[in-house]
Amino acid sequence: MTVLDVSGLRKAFGGLTAVDEVSFGVEAGQLFAIIGPNGAGKTTCFNMVGGQLRPDRGSVRLAGRDITGEAPRRIWRLGVGRTFQVAATFGSMTVAENVQMAFLSHHGRLRALLPSARRLYREQALAVLERVGMAGQAERQCGLLAYGDIKRVELAIALAHQPKLLLMDEPTAGMAPRERIELMALTAGIVRESGISVLFTEHDMDVVFAHADRLLVLDRGRQVATGTPAEVRDDAEVQRIYLGGAGAEAAARQIEARAGEQLPGERAEGEAR
Amino acid sequence: MIDPAFYVIQFLNGLASASNLFLIACGLTIIFGVTRIVNFAHGSFYMLGAYFAFTLTATIMPALGDALGFWLAIPVAAVGVGLFAVLMELLLLRRIYRSHELFQLLATFGVVLIVQDLVPAIWGPEELFGPRAPGFTSFVVILGFRFPEYQLVLIAAGPLVLGGLWLLFNRTRWGTLVRAATQDREMVGALGVNQSVLFTGVLFLGGALAGLAGALQMPVEPANPFMDINIIAEAFVVTVIGGMGNVLGAFLAALIIAQLQAFGILVFPEITLVLPFLVMALVLVVRPWGLLGTPEPMTGHGFAGDRPLKPLGRRAQLGLAALVAVLLLLPLGLGDYTEKLVLEVFVFALFAFSLNFIMGAGGMVSFGHAAYFGLGAYGAALAVKHLDFAMEPALLAAPLAAGAGALLFGWFVVRLSGVYLAMLTLAFAQIAWSTAFQWVELTGGDNGMIGIWPSAWASDVTVYYYLSLILCGAAIAFLWRASYAPFGYTLRAGRDSPLRCDAIGINLKRHQWLGFALAGTCAGLAGGVFVFSKGNVDPGALSIPTSVDALVMVLLGGIQTLTGPLLGAAAFHLLEAYILPLTDYWRAIVGLIIVVLVIAFPQGLAGFLRERLAGEESR
Repeated sequence: MTVLDVSGLRKAFGGLTAVDEVSFGVEAGQLFAIIGPNGAGKTTCFNMVGGQLRPDRGSVRLAGRDITGEAPRRIWRLGVGRTFQVAATFGSMTVAENVQMAFLSHHGRLRALLPSARRLYREQALAVLERVGMAGQAERQCGLLAYGDIKRVELAIALAHQPKLLLMDEPTAGMAPRERIELMALTAGIVRESGISVLFTEHDMDVVFAHADRLLVLDRGRQVATGTPAEVRDDAEVQRIYLGGAGAEAAARQIEARAGEQLPGERAEGEAR
Repeated sequence: MIDPAFYVIQFLNGLASASNLFLIACGLTIIFGVTRIVNFAHGSFYMLGAYFAFTLTATIMPALGDALGFWLAIPVAAVGVGLFAVLMELLLLRRIYRSHELFQLLATFGVVLIVQDLVPAIWGPEELFGPRAPGFTSFVVILGFRFPEYQLVLIAAGPLVLGGLWLLFNRTRWGTLVRAATQDREMVGALGVNQSVLFTGVLFLGGALAGLAGALQMPVEPANPFMDINIIAEAFVVTVIGGMGNVLGAFLAALIIAQLQAFGILVFPEITLVLPFLVMALVLVVRPWGLLGTPEPMTGHGFAGDRPLKPLGRRAQLGLAALVAVLLLLPLGLGDYTEKLVLEVFVFALFAFSLNFIMGAGGMVSFGHAAYFGLGAYGAALAVKHLDFAMEPALLAAPLAAGAGALLFGWFVVRLSGVYLAMLTLAFAQIAWSTAFQWVELTGGDNGMIGIWPSAWASDVTVYYYLSLILCGAAIAFLWRASYAPFGYTLRAGRDSPLRCDAIGINLKRHQWLGFALAGTCAGLAGGVFVFSKGNVDPGALSIPTSVDALVMVLLGGIQTLTGPLLGAAAFHLLEAYILPLTDYWRAIVGLIIVVLVIAFPQGLAGFLRERLAGEESR
């Protein structure tokens, strides 16, 4: 089943066309990566799917339903969770309370004035925290956690809502290499067992080639290639964009090397299962 | 039919007051741009400029001759005020650059209070008439109207200063640094610029400009101890409308505000006080960052050291039960005066608690919470005076009136955040205050309304004491409960991370709006209870000092705790009751309390106690 169907997406800022005629589809249970050099339009594309930006043209459909230009809040209601480049959590609350907030919102209980918020949806929150390996730290204050752990809390918050689709903007930005591999292995494991789809942007090619099922390559707003990691890896134009026409041979070497590096990542993923 | 030439004269008068406003506001906006501190003491700088100029002209003019003496005294007075501003930077601001905006606002307000008591102590409480400006004592005739020459000097001063600032900011290295710091303070710091020196310099410049404005105003308006408060609210308006940190914006805004007032007084003389604040509210709705300002990033407004909310422990519950028992038994052993005093503590406890509900939990710093206290007080008083309500329905009218006001004002307020939000709450409170002050037929103006007494059954002090305890206690208990409930948590979530709220489907603005209205409603109830205990109400109930009292109570008790505002209200009100009659320097004392709290005990009494207790338990 196609969870996310993006077609003919276009966005211009003044005279600059940031994203031009981009189309792709994400299937259920798939990890889909958007990659490209700086300024390629990755984040613009991402924000049009998440509702932060309204596209000039084209459509975004979630499980068959048109969500083009809807507000982020609405898009969340329809089943899209999100994590940010710089993790955004509620720093003065405990880890459990952070996840409970997502449940309170999910169940429309935010305006309740009398019940104690600490007691509501606590079991459910702990269950989600268990999945991301944070149950042991449920009572700690979120703002005092190590960054890698905050990212896990963010993931738990997004999962609380049982999303159809998870949007992860550079999920491993700002993390140590070891933490990166662990976080992505964890995400991939959860995704595969629960059938959630993930759309993510990423600079780290190790992460991309280790986990993505399909890739979309953007360059200056244009869709250069779409396909499996192997297809994209062998695409002549992708090689040219990343390394320039003259460096085709060097490009081949680089990508070969990257293909080799993905092995440890895959092992980590296997362990997570 | 008014002579059309009169409009030209009125326009010129508008230009003169625009210059004055700009001279004050440009320093305010430069200081904000670089230090991110909204300087309440800027009005004090202005006032000191006038007083310094008065003293200097009195000493120098006899010695050096009128012309030289006068025109030397003006810049020297400005430099003197600049040095005063430097002193404030070194002693106070330097310690709070990294503090929460609430502490910064309050700290500079502490300076306002101290200067307000110092000035009459040094120069006396009377108005002081300065000399006229030598060389500009007569009139020119414009279109048949006589126009004071000195007004022309003032008209020229604004554009001259604007030009001078442009040269300073575009032609000197220091000016370039100031502009760079206004755009990105962190980056300038990272480039190895000595920030302390830069900040001190900026305070000198801003202070000197305000001092210059005050000194230049001396021949037009006598130096008096109310100059600071009268001008600061308008200077804020100009700064905010122009876009905080933007000098050209301040110039445009000063022109707009001064001309609106010059002509507004012809059309609607009764709304001149309200007009600038109405314009500011409108501008902020259309352009939340002012005419030429730049948007600030969407960030949370939490306080350093915010911790998860813990339910009351066993000991605290017992303590609370004991407190309630004591309060119930208290009238047995107290006289009427003390009973009334404690009753007022209930009122202020509710007032402060409601403020902390939006500020501590919601991260919305309100500098105008008195608006809702006052709307409650006036709501009840008007119901009694004009609608012949008895006490019972009037006490219901109080929270309803305040709640309606808070719903209306809050709709605008929650669209902003941080200092802009604080400034808008201040503007709305000034609108409410001006209305009460100027709409004499309805509100009695400055005198307010008297003879608002409880119904016969509640006229005994002890009965009214219990009534107040029940009403205020119930409202506090309700807000307390709401703080622990999902609604309170939602407000806290918005304070911590608006971005995350948006991503989990929380309509933050709507919840903040409801929270603002709920807090306003409760403050209104406090105002209603207050008015029946006093028997009268006047515009003081809606004034900036009342808003600041509430902030001091919260700060004194501790903003990060729920018990803090209650403790703070009790401590502050009892202090005021016992110390105020003994001294002429009550405001200065409050100012000092504020400064000490902000610098040394930002966690407040309750926070301090909590840390001590936590320390003992961990041992």
